[in-house]
Amino acid sequence: MIAALAFYMFAGLAIFAGLMVVVSRNPVHSVLFLILAFFNAAGLFVLLGAEFLAMILIIVYVGAVAVLFLFVVMMLDIDFSELRQGFQQYLPLGGLVGMIVLGELLLVLASGLGRPEMVRIPGSGAVRIAQDVENTAAMGQVLFTDYIYLFQAAGMILLVSMIGAIVLAHRTRPGVKKQIIADQVARTPAESIELIKVETGKGVKM
Amino acid sequence: MEIGIEHYLTVGAILFSLGMFGIFLNRKNVIIILMSIELILLAVNINLVAFSSFHHDLVGQIFAMFVLTVAAAESAIGLAILVIYFRNRGSIDVEDINQMRG
Repeated sequence: MIAALAFYMFAGLAIFAGLMVVVSRNPVHSVLFLILAFFNAAGLFVLLGAEFLAMILIIVYVGAVAVLFLFVVMMLDIDFSELRQGFQQYLPLGGLVGMIVLGELLLVLASGLGRPEMVRIPGSGAVRIAQDVENTAAMGQVLFTDYIYLFQAAGMILLVSMIGAIVLAHRTRPGVKKQIIADQVARTPAESIELIKVETGKGVKM
Repeated sequence: MEIGIEHYLTVGAILFSLGMFGIFLNRKNVIIILMSIELILLAVNINLVAFSSFHHDLVGQIFAMFVLTVAAAESAIGLAILVIYFRNRGSIDVEDINQMRG
């Protein structure tokens, strides 16, 4: 009973937040509604028993990706009024396509219900969820043994993406003095030291 | 009432359609397009985790974690491209991108 109530609350808020993301006038509002959608999806994940993924969604998706969106939205000083010109024009077509896609998805869903051959026997899956191991430990046991290659590949993807983002956004500013270590190390005594014979009473002109 | 897998799949389907609807509607605004793509990926994640939970199979959650990883990487690169596009052009009008050729 409480679970059903919680499900309807999370699902309803997630769908409402998703709708407000796409129709908001202000992009900062859109990002904040996206954060709300992520939080409610995390709630749905907790209801499904995937609490590790729920916390990862909040930490990574909300804490990093959505904050990145917020930075970019606030940093770029854009006049959004001209970007909304096509809104009214494409609303009926977009609504129609959205309804068609939703209808198709729900049709597939409805046709698959209640047919006995469609019901999976629990326990026949590739990685059976054990009842006594908690979710985080189970994910760790599976991820670092059976899926280690995919795990390393995901790490490579993140590394490449980080290098790519830095290379793209990096710019050298003129007038900033930096050390060039190679030049410093390549100095020879011949070009840096000079022996001058100083006459008594007279100084050295630098 | 009993919450079955079809409830979660319906939520995923509706979020997916909303994401697509958002791409259709905000054709000029790159940031909203990127956010709609995030909504689509969230819908896919809900589907994967729902199947994982109702079939007692952990593979769905592993897959969802990899989808999360790739989505984060793609957001970072997409926003970096957006930032330098704005730096060079002063606006984020998507229709001007075809002027980059040549």
